[in-house]
Amino acid sequence: MIFSFDLLTNAIVSGILIGAFYAAVTVGITISFGILDIVNIAHPAFIILGSYVAYIINATFGLDPILTAILVTPAFYALGAGIYQIYYLSFEKRGQESMRGLAFFFGLLFITEVSLVLYFGVDYRYVQAPYIGPTWHVGSLDIPLRIMVPAVVSLLMIAVLQFVLTRTFVGRAIMAVAQDQLALKLMAVDPIRIKRIAFGISIATASLAGAFLIIIQPVEPSVGREYIGRVFAICVLGGMGSMPGIVIAAMLVGIVESLTSTFYGPSWAPAVSFGFLLLTLAVRPAGLLGR
Amino acid sequence: MTVRSDIFLLICLVVGAAVFAAALALGNEYYFFAGYVVLQYVVLSTAWNILGGYCGYVNFGSAAFFALGAYSTVAIHQFHPMPIPVLVVGGGLVSGVVGFGMGYLTLRLRGAFFAIATLALAVVLETLVVNWDYVGGSRGAYIVRPETIAPFGSYIKYLFLIMMLLAVGSITVARLIERSRLGYGFATIRDDELAAEASGVPTLRLKLIATTISGALMGMAGAPFPYYIGFLQPSSAFSLDYAVNSIAMPLIGGTTGWVGPLIGAVLLGSLQQIATVTISSAVNLLIVGFLLVGFVIVAPNGIIGLVQKYVEHKPAGRVGRRPVKTDLPKAAP
Repeated sequence: MIFSFDLLTNAIVSGILIGAFYAAVTVGITISFGILDIVNIAHPAFIILGSYVAYIINATFGLDPILTAILVTPAFYALGAGIYQIYYLSFEKRGQESMRGLAFFFGLLFITEVSLVLYFGVDYRYVQAPYIGPTWHVGSLDIPLRIMVPAVVSLLMIAVLQFVLTRTFVGRAIMAVAQDQLALKLMAVDPIRIKRIAFGISIATASLAGAFLIIIQPVEPSVGREYIGRVFAICVLGGMGSMPGIVIAAMLVGIVESLTSTFYGPSWAPAVSFGFLLLTLAVRPAGLLGR
Repeated sequence: MTVRSDIFLLICLVVGAAVFAAALALGNEYYFFAGYVVLQYVVLSTAWNILGGYCGYVNFGSAAFFALGAYSTVAIHQFHPMPIPVLVVGGGLVSGVVGFGMGYLTLRLRGAFFAIATLALAVVLETLVVNWDYVGGSRGAYIVRPETIAPFGSYIKYLFLIMMLLAVGSITVARLIERSRLGYGFATIRDDELAAEASGVPTLRLKLIATTISGALMGMAGAPFPYYIGFLQPSSAFSLDYAVNSIAMPLIGGTTGWVGPLIGAVLLGSLQQIATVTISSAVNLLIVGFLLVGFVIVAPNGIIGLVQKYVEHKPAGRVGRRPVKTDLPKAAP
């Protein structure tokens, strides 16, 4: 293959943009797995659910997918809070979360995927918006707006989340729950309530991430599975619960994937994240910015 | 129930022969095709339970180990056709080695990492197989199954018999482990890994033994699969059905002993065969999903747990099993 500088810069820029989108996909896992210690492997399924909600509303009312996603976040928040309540009562309270809790989320993943297949079939679905299609040309760089717009909104969302987690009372309580539940209880804060709120927020981000996904690429129900390895790789690499960490990790994975698909072919890209995950687990389990 | 292992094996073989004779007596080839799938699930769920039920480590990558077995058959077949027992050993070796490698990389960390890594393993192995033209790549590979084989008549009877032997073998192995030092070691890991480590149990070595045995058995279950299906595609070998079924069956049956996965696999496997014929294959997967979620919430110890509760009128729980304390102690008023 002939080495080309233009190809390289284009691959790196699109890797950074895709990375910003990966950060939005991972941020929910970072809250549930990194902070709350709930191994929510069904998260990608909720993201696909978000994609389909954006698709339905876009197809019937022609509403912008990102706007739709922001409007339905309360519904996703409620869904998340409800799921946490079931999870708490059935597993955490009984001390059985390790194995049966995992199986519970695996079941949820499976039910969501099969239900979507039964209802919508396995056809690829896509949305329509003014920014899907046009491309910016900056010198030799090509920046498709369909990736640019989700990337920018995704970074905004993470900035807002970082602000909430470090500057508001509830956010600080969420960080505290990760460190010491007993201390939080002594401060007269109910840790279960805080965890419910945090899990609700984590599922609410899936609504936005789902909208980004269906803007970037057409979606069918099993697409979510490709993201399982990727999101956990980014979450671990980013240091389990650090927002700046996952942005850096996500961009790193995005760049390496983009280079792999440019120079070796797109069919190899899914293997990259797994390589990252194994390498991180073997060499530095605390992640890039881990404590 | 203290039957010696060799006598137990004999009983299993007699039961297996009886099932085979019954299927012969029914005189319809379909029963062999359906029975093969159920037996395959018996092997998969028993194998899953050796790691999941005995050690408490969840493997989401059953499909990956199964597919590894199937694809090593394809690879060997492309090189030179071999008798199926040789292929079974080959599939078992490949999956066992991969199981060992996976365990070595992830088992020193918290349990959840192992689960996540197995989930990702399926995606990556599928990528590798899709890109590997020698075994057919994304187009898939044809394995021409001979119509008949010498003493059995039709080939499916031969495959059925092999899977029956594998099922008997894996159940015997599971029961042997349960009653040996190895099994007690596994139980200490499941109940309290830190305490086990502190008392001198070589936890990492035991976990590696468990992942290797479990992976090898899954690979063995997958090895005859290309001959059964005739045309192997990455998407059918790596299907999520295998992963969800091999978790759902032990959890629905009960994870404490070898009986649970057997009951779960026979019940759920037959139910799915019936549902596939009468309703549709997508709906029957939905049923499995709902059963899995329902059982882990309502009956955490599976059917075995329910039966024990009913018979003994005492709370169903594992003897000597302490729940891991994660919640706060109730503060005194």
